[in-house]
Amino acid sequence: MALRIAAIVALGLSAAWTTGAMAQETVKVGLILPYSGPFADAAKQLEAGVTLYIQKHGDEVAGKKIELIRKDTGGPNADVARRLAQELVVRDQVDILAGFALTPEAVGVAEIATEAKKLTVLMNAATSSIIDLSPYMVRTSVTIPQVNYALGKWAVEEAGVKQAYTLVSDYGPGHDAESSFAKGFTEAGGTILGADRTPVANPDFSAYVQRVKDSNPEAVYIFVPGGAQPAAIGKALADRGLSPPDTKIFAQGELTHPEALESMGETARGVITTFHYTLERDDPLNKEFVDGYHAANNGRSPDLFSIGGYDGMHLIYEALKKTNGDASGDALIEAAKGMSWDSPRGPMSIDPETRDVVQTVYIREVQEVDGKLQNVVIHEIPEVKDPLHGAAK
Amino acid sequence: MTHNQTSAIVESPARWIRSRNRWTIFEILFWIATLAPLYFFPAYLNLASQVAITALFALSVDLVLGYAGIITLGHAMFFGLGAFTAGILSSRYGWGEPISGLLLGGMVAALAGYVTSFLIVRVQHLALIMVTLGLGLLTFELANSLRWLTGGTDGLTGISTWKIFGYFRFDLWGYTSYAYSLAVLFLGFLICRLVVSSSFGLALRGIRENVQRMPAIGSDYKWHLRKVYTISAAIAGIAGALLTQTTNTVTLEVLSFQRSADVVVMLILGGTGRLYGAIIGAVIFLVAKDQLAGINPQYWFLWIGILLMAVVLFMPKGILGGLSRLIRRED
Repeated sequence: MALRIAAIVALGLSAAWTTGAMAQETVKVGLILPYSGPFADAAKQLEAGVTLYIQKHGDEVAGKKIELIRKDTGGPNADVARRLAQELVVRDQVDILAGFALTPEAVGVAEIATEAKKLTVLMNAATSSIIDLSPYMVRTSVTIPQVNYALGKWAVEEAGVKQAYTLVSDYGPGHDAESSFAKGFTEAGGTILGADRTPVANPDFSAYVQRVKDSNPEAVYIFVPGGAQPAAIGKALADRGLSPPDTKIFAQGELTHPEALESMGETARGVITTFHYTLERDDPLNKEFVDGYHAANNGRSPDLFSIGGYDGMHLIYEALKKTNGDASGDALIEAAKGMSWDSPRGPMSIDPETRDVVQTVYIREVQEVDGKLQNVVIHEIPEVKDPLHGAAK
Repeated sequence: MTHNQTSAIVESPARWIRSRNRWTIFEILFWIATLAPLYFFPAYLNLASQVAITALFALSVDLVLGYAGIITLGHAMFFGLGAFTAGILSSRYGWGEPISGLLLGGMVAALAGYVTSFLIVRVQHLALIMVTLGLGLLTFELANSLRWLTGGTDGLTGISTWKIFGYFRFDLWGYTSYAYSLAVLFLGFLICRLVVSSSFGLALRGIRENVQRMPAIGSDYKWHLRKVYTISAAIAGIAGALLTQTTNTVTLEVLSFQRSADVVVMLILGGTGRLYGAIIGAVIFLVAKDQLAGINPQYWFLWIGILLMAVVLFMPKGILGGLSRLIRRED
C-alpha cells in the first residue's frame, strides 16, 4: 500500500513538472562544458562566446526568454557528461543541449539527445564521426578533416608542393589530422615521404626533426597541441634549417594562434596554417565581434572556442525564430538543417544531409604586419564540407 | 578488551566472530533508506546510480586500504579494466547482456589484480604508493595507445546494453540503472562484509597493525594480502563494468589518476576501515560535488578541499568515525 502511495506521489510530481514545462515562457539551454580541470580555459572561452551573443541580441527570442544552465564535466568524461545531460533533461527540463568542448563529452550525450529528442549543438567537439551518433546533433565549430583535407589539396594544386613529410602528436586529433592531410595531398597527386608521431607531452623535437630533414622534403606538415609545444617545435625546425621559404611548414591553425605566435617568435615567420577562423581577418562583422569580445573579457582575444559558442548561439536563436518559439527537438533540428548565415568567421551553413558545418577554409601565412607577426589570409576555399562524409570532391 | 571478552574468544572463536557481526538496526534502516530515491527523488536517480557505482568502487578500495593497509593510488586501473572489458564486449563483439558482462569485467580485473599482487606484497609504505601509481599510469597509457581496441582519447562508441533479464530496459529517468546499481552494490557489500567479518578479515587487520608479528603467529601474510588484493580488484572491475553498462560509454577517464585519488578522498571523508565509511564517503563527495558545481561550475573543488581539511583536522577517523565517537559506539 505504502508502495502504491509512493508511486502515485512520484507520478503526480512528474506530471506536475511536465505541465510546468508546457506553461513556461522560457527556453532552457543546458551548457555542458569542462569548467574545471585542465580544459577549463576552453570552457571559459566558449562560454564567453555564448554570453557575448546573448548580450548583443538580448535574452529574448520569438517571445521566449533564454535561460542558460551550466554543468561541469571536469574534462573528457563521457559518463559524467551523459549523467549531466540526463539530469538537465529530467530535473531541469531543458529544451536544448549545447556546449561540448571535447569529443568524449559529445559521445556520452548522443544517446540522451536521441532518446529525449533534444536539439544538441556541438559548439566545439571536432571529431568528424560524432555527428552521426544522434539525428538531433548539429555542429557549429569545425572538423579536423575539413580544414586539413583542404590544406592537403591546396598544397599540391595551388602551392605546387609535390612531396611532404608529416609529423604529428600521437593522439586522436593528431592521427585524424595526419590521415586527412595525407588524403587531400595524395588525392591531388602529391607524395607523402614519411609519417612520424611524437609523444603528446614532448619537450624536445630535435631527433624527430633530424629524421624529417634526412628525407629532404619540400614541405613538413605538423600537428601538436598548444601550450609549450609550438615554441619547442618551432625552435627544433629552425635549428635544423627547416624553415620557410626553403622548406614549407604546414599546420592546423592552433599552432599559430596569437598566444602561441608570441612564444614562437621569429621561428613562426612564413608558417602556413589552415583554419576556419582568423582573428585578424579584415571584415566588419569580425571587427565588431572582436571589439565586443575584448570589451567583455578584459582585452582577451576570442579563439576557436569562442567563435564556436557564438555561432552555436546564433543557430539556436535563428532556429527558434523559424519555429516561432517551438523548442521541440524535431522542430528545431528541421529548422537548423540547411540554415546559412554570415558569421564573424565568414559565410557558413549547416549541411541539410549531415547536419555538419559547411564553411570557408582559410589558408593563412604568418607575416609581419606593422612590425608584428600575425596570420594573413592568403587563400580562401569556400563551402568546404567534411570529407569523411563523402561530400568532398 | 575486558577479561570477559577474552575468555569468550578462547572458549569459542567462531561464536565470538559471529556475535560481533550481527546486523544492527542502523544497518537495516540504512539499506531501506537507499530505496528512497526511487520514490522520493526520481529526478536524482542518475546521480544516485553514479553514487552507488562509486560506493562499490570505494568499498573495494577500503578492503585493501582500510582493512589490509595497502595504500593505493592506482585502483582506477581495475575499475577501468572492468569498464573497458564490458565496453569492448558490447562495442566490438556485439554482446550486451549485462550480468555476464559484469562478471567478465570482474574476472579480467581479478586476473590483473592477482598478477600485480605479487609485486604489491613485496613493497610497503612510499614504495607501495609509487608502485600502485605507476601501474595505474601504465595502464592508462596502454589503453591510450591501443586505439584500435579502446577508441583512444575519443572513447568507445557503439556500446549498447541489453535489457536486464531481457525485461528491464535502461530508461532515461534512471529507474533501471539505479535499481541495478543498488542491487550490485548490495551484493558487493555482502561479500565485503563476509570478508571483513571472517577470520580472514581479522588476519588482514592484524597485518595492517603489525606486519612483522603475523608470521610469528603462523599467518602467511603474503598469501592473505594477495587474496584480498584480488578480491578487491574483482569488485572494482565489477563497479567499472557497471558504469559502462549504465552509461553506455567508456573513455580513458575511467583509468585516470583523478579517479584513483578521488576514491581515496572519499574514504578519508567517510572513514577508512569501515565499510559504511566507504559508502557514506562516496555519497558525501558526489552529492556535495553535484550541489556545489550547480552553484559554481568552476570552483567547486575549493569547497571539497575545505571539507577534506575540516574532516582530517576535527574527525581524523572520518565522518563515520566522528559520529560513532559522538554516540559512544567505540569499536
